Amino acid sequence: MAFQLTINGDRHSVDVDGDTQLLWVLRDVLGMTGTKFGCGMALCGACTVHVEGSPVRSCITSVDSIGDSKITTIEAIGQTPAGKKIQEAWLDREVPQCGYCQSGQIMSASALLASNPHPSDSDIEDAMSGNICRCGTYVRIREAIKQAAQSGG
Amino acid sequence: MTLTHTGSNRPAGDLSRRSFLRTSAVASGGLLLSLSLPFASRESEAASSDSFEPNAFIRIGGDGQIVLTMPYVEMGQGTYTSIPMLIAEELEVDLKQVRLEHAPPNEKLYMNPLLGVQATGNSNAIRGAWQPLRKAGATARTMLVAAAAKRWDVDPSSCRAQNGEVHHQASGRSLGYGALAADAARMPVPESVTLKKPADFQLIGTPAKRLDTPAKVNGTAIYGIDARPPGVKIATLAQSPVFGGRLKRVDDAAAKAVNGVRQIVRLDDAVAVVADHMGAAKKGLAALKIEWDDGPHARLATGDIVRELESATTKPGAVAQNVGDADKAMAGAATKVEAIYQVPFLAHATMEPMNCTVDVRQDGCEIWVGSQALARAQTAAAKVLGLPPEKVIVHNHLIGGGFGRRLDVDGVTRAVEIAKQVNAPVKVVWTREEDIQHDMYRPYWFDRISVGLDKAGKPVAWNNRFAGSSVIARWLPPAFNKGLDPDTTEGAIDLVYDIPNFHVEYVRVEPPGIPTAFWRSVGPSHNVFVTESVIDELAAAAKQDPVEYRRALLGKSPRAKAVLELAAAKAGWGQPLPKGSGRGVSLQFVFGSYLAQVAEVEVAKDGAVRVRRVVCAMDCGTVVNPDTVRAQIQSGTNFGVTAALYGEITLKDGRVEQTNFDTYQMLRLNEAPPIEVHIVQSSEPPGGMGETGTSGIVPAISNAIFAATGKRLRKMPIDPALLKQT
Repeated sequence: MAFQLTINGDRHSVDVDGDTQLLWVLRDVLGMTGTKFGCGMALCGACTVHVEGSPVRSCITSVDSIGDSKITTIEAIGQTPAGKKIQEAWLDREVPQCGYCQSGQIMSASALLASNPHPSDSDIEDAMSGNICRCGTYVRIREAIKQAAQSGG
Repeated sequence: MTLTHTGSNRPAGDLSRRSFLRTSAVASGGLLLSLSLPFASRESEAASSDSFEPNAFIRIGGDGQIVLTMPYVEMGQGTYTSIPMLIAEELEVDLKQVRLEHAPPNEKLYMNPLLGVQATGNSNAIRGAWQPLRKAGATARTMLVAAAAKRWDVDPSSCRAQNGEVHHQASGRSLGYGALAADAARMPVPESVTLKKPADFQLIGTPAKRLDTPAKVNGTAIYGIDARPPGVKIATLAQSPVFGGRLKRVDDAAAKAVNGVRQIVRLDDAVAVVADHMGAAKKGLAALKIEWDDGPHARLATGDIVRELESATTKPGAVAQNVGDADKAMAGAATKVEAIYQVPFLAHATMEPMNCTVDVRQDGCEIWVGSQALARAQTAAAKVLGLPPEKVIVHNHLIGGGFGRRLDVDGVTRAVEIAKQVNAPVKVVWTREEDIQHDMYRPYWFDRISVGLDKAGKPVAWNNRFAGSSVIARWLPPAFNKGLDPDTTEGAIDLVYDIPNFHVEYVRVEPPGIPTAFWRSVGPSHNVFVTESVIDELAAAAKQDPVEYRRALLGKSPRAKAVLELAAAKAGWGQPLPKGSGRGVSLQFVFGSYLAQVAEVEVAKDGAVRVRRVVCAMDCGTVVNPDTVRAQIQSGTNFGVTAALYGEITLKDGRVEQTNFDTYQMLRLNEAPPIEVHIVQSSEPPGGMGETGTSGIVPAISNAIFAATGKRLRKMPIDPALLKQT
C-alpha cells in the first residue's frame, strides 16, 4: 500500500508493505544511499536517521510506524544547526576513515548536540555507544563532538 | 580523451626509470605519463618484467588540471590523499590541483593495464609508490621546464617551477603548466631526474586534509553497496550453512507470495531471493523452506581443527629461519621457558557487508563493486560467464572496510552466478549474518615454543614451531615455496632482539571446512602476539622489568630501541598504578616499520578487562601524511583491542556459531581507550603502518594483564573467567 513520508522536507509517496523497514525505503526505493545498512538488528547504528529530531535505527523502523513524523537523513542534516556543527568538526578533525559508518555516527552525534549542547563524557558515551566503527575512529569522534559543542551557538 | 601517439622518444640508459615510465601527448593538448608502479610485495617482481604494463597515469591537461589514475584503492587508509602528495611534491603544485580518479571503467586503454595489477593490501601502497611517483612528478616537472625554456629560448637551468607554473626569473616571465603541457609532451624524457631533499619537502611530512573526507560526512560518498544502475533489482542470499554443503531442495511458494519478490535463484550451494528492495528480499528469504545436504563437514567443530594443529607441531616443519644451533644451546641453558600459544579464527566484519552489483548482457557483463583486487574481480566474473576478461567492465568503488576481506572475490563470483539467471541488473547484498558466517577467516594458529636462558636471564636458544593455514599458498601460489611464504612467518623470524641461537619452523595445515584469508596485519597478527608474549615471559622468568629486559637485547637495532624508549617515557613506565591495573609493552618490526606500544589495563574482580590508555611510538621512516599515520595507528590499535577482548569465530556442527554484532562483538566508543601516537622523525624510506597497530596491541594488552594479575594468557581472545578473583 502507499505511504506518504516527509523526508528532509519533501513529501514522498511509496508503495510498499507496511512492515518494510524505513532503511530499504530510503536506500532502494527512493535512492537516498547516504543512510547505510550494517546489521539489520539495531546493533551497529549505521542506519541512524532522525524522526522528529530523535535518532532512530531505520533498519528496524517499519514504514507504517512513522505516520506524519518528519524524517531527516544524512543528506539534509547539514541544514540543522547541530548537524552543521558536527559535520564541520568531523571535517576539521578528519574523523572518517573508510567512512561507511560515519553517516550514522553523524546522525547520532547531531541528535545528541541538538538536545544537549554541552554533553559530558558520559553523555557522549551514552549517545554514541550504539554506533560501531570498525575502523576504530572513536578517539576522533569523541574529540569532534567536544569541538562541535564548544563552537558556540 | 584519446591518445595521439605513444612515446618512442625515450632515451637509452637508466633502466630503472625506463622500465616504469613513458610519456605521450593527449589530443586535447596535454601531457600523459604512464607508469608501471611496483608493489612492495613479492608479486610485484612479476610486474617489473620486460613488458611495459602501465598501471597508473598522470595527465596534465591544457587547463592545468592534474589527474591521477592509480591502481591502489581507498578503504579508509588515506591512500587517495597520500599518493597525490608524492606527485604534487615533486611536480611543485598545490595538492588541490591534483585530482584522483577511480580506474575509468569504459576506456579500454586504461582498463586493461589497471586490471592487470594485483591488489591493495599488505600495507604496500606508499611503500611501492614512494620512489616511482616522486620520480614521475620530477620527470614531468623537468619536461615542463624544458618546454618553457625552449619557448623563451633560455637555458632550462635559469627557469624554476613553482605553484603549477614555470618562472624565468631574469625576464620575469612565467607560464602555467596547462599552457606548457602540449609542448612538454614533445620534449625528450630526461635521462635522470633529481629528487628533492627531505629538508626541502613542502607537502610530504605535513598534515594534509584528506581529499575523500567531505563526501564521507554528507552522505554523498558512493560505496559498492550504493551502486544503482537503472532497473537494478536487489537480491539477498542464503549459502549452505556448512562449508562444502549443497542445496537439497527448497520450497519457495511462500517467498514468491511476498509483495516485491520477483524471482528465486537456485545455485548448487545457495539460494537467492531477487526483489524490488532489500526489505522484500529479506522477507522472501525468511519465507523459504530450505533443505541442505550438509556434506562432509557436517559434524566439524573447532576442537577437531585445534587437535590437528596441535599434532602437527609435534612433527618437523619447513625451517623458516635458523641461526646458530638452538638445540645445542638449549641443552646448556640455565633455565627453560616452554609454552603453547593459540589464536582463533577471526571474521573481518567490515561495516559495509559483502555486496556486488552485476548486469549480465549478451555481449558481456558489467559489475559494480568495492574491491581491493580489481584484476581478480574481473577474472572471477569472466570465469563464471565463460567470457574473456575484457568483456567484463568493472566499476570500482569506495570500500566500506577492507581489512583483507576484499582481496578475495568470492562475493563477485557469487553475485555473477546469481545475475546470470536474472534478466536485469541485480545487486546482491549479504545480510550481516551471511557476512559473518560465510567470511573467509583469519587462520587459527597453534605455536609450540621453548626458550633457553643463561644464568643472567638472557635468551640463548629459541625454538618455535607453529602450524596453521598459509593464505598465500591459496591466494598467490607461486609465492609459497618449500613449505614457506613471506607472510605467514613475518613477525616470527627476523626479530629485533639479539638471540644467538634461533630456530623457527612452520607446518602448513589447511583446516577442513573453513576457508581462510588475509586479515588486517595478516601473519604478524599471530606472530607478534606470540613472540612479544614470550619475551615478556622471559623477562618475568629472569625477574627483570619488561622494558629493561627488551632494551638490553636491542644492540643491533637502534631504531627499535628508540621507539621502545620513547613509548616507555611517554607512558610513564614504572610509575605506580592502582591495584588491579597494569602496564604491558610490545615491540615489533613488521611491514617495514618499528612500533612500540604500551597498554594500560584494569582487571575487575569479575575478570572483566578494560583498556584504559594506549601509548604508541612509531618509526615508519619518512612520513608522508602525519595525520594519516596517527589515524591509522589509532585504527589498527582499536582493531586489535576488539580482537583481544572479543574476537573469536567457532565452529559447531560445521556451522559458524557467531551471527551478528551481538555474538561477534566489536569495540564500542564507551570501551575505546585514549590512544596517543608519537612519531619518530626519520628520513628512511616509508614503512607500512595501516596494520602495525593491530599486531602490536594484542600482546601489549596481554602483558599488561600479567602485570596486573600475574596471570599469563596464552590464548586469544581474553577469557575473563581465567582472571576472575575467587
